[in-house]
Amino acid sequence: MKSAFCKKLGSALVVGSLVLAAGCETVNQITAAAADVAAATGAITPEQAESTKRVSTAVTKTFQDITPEQEYYIGRTVAATVLTQHKPLPAEKLNAYLNQVGQSLAQFSERPETFGGYHFLALDSAEINAFAAPGGLILVTRGLLDCCQTEDELAAVLAHEIGHVEKQHGLRAIRTGRLNSALTILAVEAGKNLGGEQLAEVTKAFDESINDITTTLMNSGYSRKLEYEADAAAVGILRRAGYQSGALVAMLENMAKNWDSSRHDFAATHPAPADRIAQLQKLGVASTKASAPARQQRFLAATQGQ
Amino acid sequence: MKKWWLMASLLLVGASAWAAKEMSVQVRDGQLRNRASFLGAVVANVAYGDRVTVCAEQAGWCEVTTAAGARGWIHSSALTPKRVVLASGASDAQVGASGAEVALAGKGFSKEVEAEYKKQNRELDYTWVDWMGQQTLTAEQLVQFLKQGGLAQ
Repeated sequence: MKSAFCKKLGSALVVGSLVLAAGCETVNQITAAAADVAAATGAITPEQAESTKRVSTAVTKTFQDITPEQEYYIGRTVAATVLTQHKPLPAEKLNAYLNQVGQSLAQFSERPETFGGYHFLALDSAEINAFAAPGGLILVTRGLLDCCQTEDELAAVLAHEIGHVEKQHGLRAIRTGRLNSALTILAVEAGKNLGGEQLAEVTKAFDESINDITTTLMNSGYSRKLEYEADAAAVGILRRAGYQSGALVAMLENMAKNWDSSRHDFAATHPAPADRIAQLQKLGVASTKASAPARQQRFLAATQGQ
Repeated sequence: MKKWWLMASLLLVGASAWAAKEMSVQVRDGQLRNRASFLGAVVANVAYGDRVTVCAEQAGWCEVTTAAGARGWIHSSALTPKRVVLASGASDAQVGASGAEVALAGKGFSKEVEAEYKKQNRELDYTWVDWMGQQTLTAEQLVQFLKQGGLAQ
């Protein structure tokens, strides 16, 4: 009994160390080899080994291999983590309006459908900040909403955040190694309910992934390249939806007036408004304060007194 | 003569395989619409894992039919070429295909893992996250909102 256990443990260690030792490119072959070793030593049946080898192609993949359903669960916990630092603003009318504008815009993104859909919430914070959790949970501070003077400018803020979701920037912040470990367990345990140890291991990978994303969202920020990419996506979304794309520049001009580079908000995680405006000008986007009267009326009705 | 029949059968099988592109719904709740736009009327609902057959494609939209006989347009971001295996605890035989072909519903980062994570991080409160998830406007409400604001229709 003891020797059988030791044999299995030894095989598991061989599998584990082989997988851990592998780089991204070679892990697929290693997993297949590890499955053979495990089968040969009796740790898993030959059928399970075959299954593992067949499924192991998933191991070499990147963030793109996370299914929309898994992205949804990552996003829920990222949003819950953001909410430990920032209180929600329980303003019914404002939040309903954010969802009307945001969900309308999302339909015009290049990725209108996510597993759980796009949803929006205001945060009760004077900081200029916004957080786009993977899958479409988008949180915007009162401070950032105060930078918007028209519905078109608000739409520009939300479209930028939708751009981050569309391009899966949050998932890209997860370090590749973390995904490999989680997907390896998923591959090996494909058809079964996870046992205690596997559940702990996948939860650990989940924890590390959440940390990677929330650290990026709240502390380090995305690269300038990704911020400009989100701005460019926002311009496309605004245009297709019928909003003034120049409202993004107008909003950034408002933001510049309240910009304090020593602050721990957008100033710490985003390029300066002037730099973003310069990039937008290269795309031919010029500032505009224009908005339709009907839009302005509902914007003021939803945002005033919040 | 036999060869002729064989050739004809092979051609027929090949042609039908080419025509019938099978996809799976990869969103929790999806809608089929009467035209290739979110402004089109909803003609049927589809759910995560449903198999659909793609008959036409147009600017990011797919015209599909379901096993139940419904026909309509759905955005391609709601579909995956993978087969979505729904059953929890399904046998290995059922998921024996490669990860490139199969998406395992409820596996990996899932409800089960979220619950486990929550146990370890008791400061996390999902109340508002759940609330956010419930804020969903209907297709009609969104069309009305766009129309009222003089936006794209």
